[in-house]
This record gives sequence, C-alpha cells and structure tokens, in this order.
Amino acid sequence: MTYNEKPFSDSALAKRMLEKLYDSAQSAGRNFSFMEVCGTHTMAIAKSGIRAVLPENVRLLSGPGCPVCVTPPGVIDALLQAAALPGAVIAGFGDMLRVRGANGALEDCRLKGADVRVVYSPLDAVAIAEQNPRKTVIFAGVGFETTAPLSACAVKKAKALKLKNFYVYPAFKLVPPALRALLAPGGAAVDGFILPGHVSAVIGLEPYRFIPAEFRLPCVVAGFEPLDILHAVNRLVSMVSENKPALENEYSRAVKPEGNPQAVRLLREVFEPADARWRAIGVIPASGLVFRQEWEEFDAALSLSLSEPLSPEPQGCRCGEVITGKITPKQCPLFKTACTPSAPAGPCMVSSEGACAAWFHYGE
Amino acid sequence: MKITSAHGAGGKATSELIVGIFLKHFGNPALSLLEDAAELPVPRGRIAFTTDSYVVSPLFFPGGDIGHIAVCGTVNDLAVKGAEPKWLSCAFIIEEGFDADVLERIARSMGKAAAAAGVQIVTGDTKVVEKGKGDGLFINTSGVGVIADGVNLSVSGIKPGDCVIVSGSLAEHGLAVMNERHSLGLKSGIKSDGAPLNGMIAEVLAACPHGVHAMRDLTRGGLASALADMCASCGFSFEIEEKLIPVSVAVRSACGILGIDPLSAANEGKICLFCAPDCAEKVLSVLKKNAYGKDAAAVGFVGDKAGGPVYLKTAIGSKRVLRAPDGEVLPRIC
Amino acid sequence: MCLAVPGKVLSVKDSAAEVDFGGVARSVSLDMLSGVKPGDYVLVHAGFAVQVLSEDEALKTIQCFREIYEAAQLP
Repeated sequence: MTYNEKPFSDSALAKRMLEKLYDSAQSAGRNFSFMEVCGTHTMAIAKSGIRAVLPENVRLLSGPGCPVCVTPPGVIDALLQAAALPGAVIAGFGDMLRVRGANGALEDCRLKGADVRVVYSPLDAVAIAEQNPRKTVIFAGVGFETTAPLSACAVKKAKALKLKNFYVYPAFKLVPPALRALLAPGGAAVDGFILPGHVSAVIGLEPYRFIPAEFRLPCVVAGFEPLDILHAVNRLVSMVSENKPALENEYSRAVKPEGNPQAVRLLREVFEPADARWRAIGVIPASGLVFRQEWEEFDAALSLSLSEPLSPEPQGCRCGEVITGKITPKQCPLFKTACTPSAPAGPCMVSSEGACAAWFHYGE
Repeated sequence: MKITSAHGAGGKATSELIVGIFLKHFGNPALSLLEDAAELPVPRGRIAFTTDSYVVSPLFFPGGDIGHIAVCGTVNDLAVKGAEPKWLSCAFIIEEGFDADVLERIARSMGKAAAAAGVQIVTGDTKVVEKGKGDGLFINTSGVGVIADGVNLSVSGIKPGDCVIVSGSLAEHGLAVMNERHSLGLKSGIKSDGAPLNGMIAEVLAACPHGVHAMRDLTRGGLASALADMCASCGFSFEIEEKLIPVSVAVRSACGILGIDPLSAANEGKICLFCAPDCAEKVLSVLKKNAYGKDAAAVGFVGDKAGGPVYLKTAIGSKRVLRAPDGEVLPRIC
Repeated sequence: MCLAVPGKVLSVKDSAAEVDFGGVARSVSLDMLSGVKPGDYVLVHAGFAVQVLSEDEALKTIQCFREIYEAAQLP
C-alpha cells in the first residue's frame, strides 16, 4: 500500500458530503459564516469550485492567511534598499516578487539590474551565499509557522558553514495571535474556523484550544483536498447547530496533536515572538518573530541597517475588512474596477492567494 | 572565441560569422546569396505571415534550446493557421562577450529544427549589443507560409458544440525551463516539448478538411491563456473538464511541489483545436498516431452562452472560471 | 500559506533524504524531522520534511468519511 491523497478528491463522496451539508444547513434555518485563515486553503477552495456549490446560507470567508497579503509594503521597501547594496542578492519565494512597496516591487528592481532570485527553499539561498562569498545574500523571511522553522534551520546551517554573507529579513507571522485578534470585540463575525493544516502540522492542536474554550466557537484543522474542506464545513455546521463548539482535527494523517516539537524547538532557538504589523489590520501583539539576540548577526534589518517605512493603504481600499471577514471582496467598491491583479490597489489582490485575487481569478 | 561589437558591425567579422556559423548550419540557395532580401516565388493561395521573438533564459534546457524553439515556434504559428510553413527569417541580437561556440551550438540546433520542419531560413540579421544590455542572446524569427484554397482556420469559425481538443500533455516546457532557470533542484524526466507540428497538423487537416474550425499554438500562459483569448474572440462560452486535460504524472507532481497551475505553464509543442463534434474521433485518432500527438485528448466543448467565459468543471463536479495567468508563472510557498 | 506535498523517502544520508514525489525526486532536508527511514512518507514544504504522514490515518479518515456520508444517503 502506498500513501495516496487521490481518494480525498473523490467526486462521488464529495457529492454525498454536499448533500449532507445541504440537509444540515437547511434544517438549521440560520446563516453560517466560517473563516479559513490559510492562503493555501483560499486557493484550494477557489480551485475546487467549492464556494459555487455551497448552500446559500453557508459562507466561507478568507481571513488573513496569505503571508504576502499581510506583509506591510515597508518590508518590500526594506528589501529594495537591500537590493541596492553592492553585491547584494535578494532571494525569496516567487510569491514575493510582484508585491509592491512604496518604491516598487522586487521584480521591478530586477529590471534595473538588481540580483533578485526566486528560490524554492531557504537552503537554496544559503547555497547561493556559500557559492558566492563576495555576494551578500538576503533571504526574504515571509511565511507562518510552517515556514519560519525552515529559516531557522537555514540560519543554523549558515552558522555551521561559517558564512558571513547570509542574512534573513524576518517578516514571519504567527497564526494563533492573529485568530485571537480577529475574535476581539468588534472583530470578525464568524461562527467558526477552518484551521490551517500545515501550520498545525508544526504547532499541533494546543494553540487553538482557546477558541472553543474562551469564545465558544468550533474550529476544525483541515487538509487541502476537497473532501477535507467539505468535511470540515459539515463538522462546523453540526457543532454550531448542536451548540457543541470544539476543536477537531480532520487532517490526522498529517497533524499530530503535539505537532512537530522538534520544528518548534528549532524555531524558538533562533527566533522569539514580538509585536508585528499586519497589513490592513494593524499591530497584533506577539504575532511576529524576530531574531534572538544570539542570532542577531543574521538579521538583515539590523546588520545591514535597513529601515521599514510606514505606508498608508490606498484610498478606498477595504482589504482590512475583507481579511477580517467583515465584507466579501465583491462588496469592496474597488473590486474588479480600480483593483485587479494586474493593477492591485490593496494586499488582498496582490498575491494570487489573497481573498480578492482568488475571487477574481476563479470567478466567484 | 567571443563575440565582439565587430561581429555586428556589418564588415568582415560579420561575414565570417554568417558564413562560418549560420550558413554552415542552415545554409540554402536563397540564404547563400546573402543579399539584402531573399527572392522567393509567389505561391498559389494565401500567404500566412507571423513573427515571434525568443528571449528564454536559460538558453539551454532539458529537451531543447532557444534556437530549436525559435524555429519550431514560428513554424507552429503558421501551421495552426492551416499554412504550409515555407520560409523563415532570423535575427540575432547577441550580447558582447557571448561565446561563439555556444552560438554555433544554437545555430546547429536551428538547422536541425528547420530540416525537421521542412522549412528554410532564407534571410537574417546579426546585431551585437554592449555587455549588460542583452541577457546573452535574443532571437527573432518571422515566417511565411502558404494557405491552400479551401483551408479556413480562424477563431471566427468556432461554433457552439465544437469539440475542444488538446494535442498532448501540458506544461512540460514551462517546468523544464523553470527548473533550470531558478535551480529548483527537481530531478525528473520532464523535458521541453518543443517540436515542429506542421506535419501532424497537415495530417489532421487532410483527414478532416472541413471539420476543423480553429487551432492555436499553446505557448506562454499555457492552455488557460489560449482558451481565454479564443473564448473572448469567438464570443461563446467554453465548457472544459479538468479531469480530461492531459498532464503527465511527473508534471503533476512538479506542479504540486512548486504551486504551479499546469494550465498556466508554458508549452512549445502543443496545440488546442476546435472541430465539429462529428469529426472529433477522427481528429483524435490521427493525432494519437503521430509522435507529437500521442497523448491527445478531447477536453471539452464550446457552449452557447454569448460572451461567456471559459468554465472549468472541477474534480468534485463544480465549476469555476478559467482565466489567463496574471504575469510570469513562478513557484510559490503559499 | 503553506504549500506542502507528500513524498516517499527513497534514501537517507545524514540529515537529508532523497524523496520521490511521483515521477519527480528531490533532495529534502530532515533538519526538522529526525528518525525518518526509507519507505516513510513525509510532508514536504520548501525543501524540508515537516511531518511524517500516516497511511493508517489516511485510510481511517476516508473510512470515517464513507461511514458518515455514505450511510447517511438521502432517499
């Protein structure tokens, strides 16, 4: 037998799940709004066309789960400053290339001769540094708890190789503090959460216990195949209807209750939590990561004196309300008119995993 | 030997380059005259004329190189209009310092591709730009072909009910190039699918002279771009089924790892075609017998919704709209 | 925010594994996941194995889905 994800997009079973969902949603006689907080879930939902076949009274909202969308433009501006340094190589994930800071995108400065490279893994950035001792390699450290430990490993590798030309610009974000901020008074009006499958594979289930415990909301850690998502929605509807909010894990094939403690230890060895600014939301306490003092030599911002300017959001942009679930992309007056993927006004349209970009591309 | 500005100046160095490299590998009577313009017989029928520039980086990738696709791409653009490709021009823009041996490798590849396609490169140009102004090498090829009487392939001929067929597995070129370009470290048999398709297309048109309404070469932006464009031009909706679209196991896996949509990644040896439903079976059978069409598949049909988009039926039986990708397709983390 | 795919470990050397993703192989770091052996399936994100995948749990999950949804078929 071999491990196989194919059964998780079985269309016959998907149909059964939808039938059950329709039945439960209809009997409940109320509206449901569930939020997913993972860009990969936003994409998976959009690509599978799930939204188009959900019952009318069940709404799926996209929360602030796209690391590119929640990265303030100032981070890009700081990276652009780095790109202008002599011998600099900016290495980052492909998602970052077209995000615009006040002074343009990384893609634009590449056109002006800057050395900007797409990498698949932060270890590839370390390899560039190792192979090019006269270059200064700055890795754009964007992502959540799935990605941050990887940068921690990359930094440790750089140290082991005694590299003096490898840096990480830390712009990581943490999910549980963001969920807490979303649930604060005046926050998102949601009935439950679809929790990020791969972040949870790293951090486990404990960090989410506060959601049912303090806020009496159900939440389900879900995988990314259509059946994972449809089951999660079914469970959320049931838990709300029965008034039995709980934390469930439907992605048990990848998520253990304790997560990956080794990965968390690695993350904590190199980074520590700090307040962080989330684009379109503002500062969320303890929701980002900064280098621990012992590892500060690898901090691009400190070591290369890079500054992160504050920029205001474009006029009329309502991304903050979109990613906190208060409105849908369609309800933003700029959607599809003044704000499109080729000319995005705000962060939700910037990355294809952003709520507005996903709605635009997949025809919501 | 390195290419210098002298090689682009039109004097002795340029002649040596042309004779020593270009004529050597793709010379023919017309080209050998080395006149300012090639003199060609006026054919019967209509002339098809196309142009394309090739700026791919890296220049060499599994399955091909810039020279190979520069010839095949232009040949295919003519062929999808129902033309018999005949004559190509090629213009080289070379960056100062470029290795002449590498240029010869590329010229050899172009000669082979032209011979395989049955076309001649009859005129050309060579320019050299300063170091830093050219990314190594750019090639432009323009092509002339002949459309015989009675052949009419155009997006305006697409009708509701037409079958949409794809000639084989998608995204191979895009992934092969991306893997090299960004040093992504994927080990697989994925190779660029660059190939001259004029022979295969001629076989299809011979088998179904009136049933094939339109064809399109799938290049950058993949099937998604091609379908979105054709849909917008013909004015009818398309109903495509995701599970019918041919994608190899390796490409599917690579796309999963990198977060790439196989429908958006580039191809260099694939076409999509629109034909009357009653000749779909014939068309598929002809394609599958050809080496370049062995994985051909019917992927959907033309709907009757005016102004409608391309609808894609998903794995779970729902529908979403298929749009052209927005900009360069890159690996993602999210 | 976390594109990750399953792959089968073909071989392990120090803290790196050669992983097969189905027609595609790549070197994957095991820095975050010790104790991985050839034959194991791992979840790979940006060149790192982030968790071991359980075939058992996958089968159990599908079984559970069948029980809930196929049994509850509407007439």
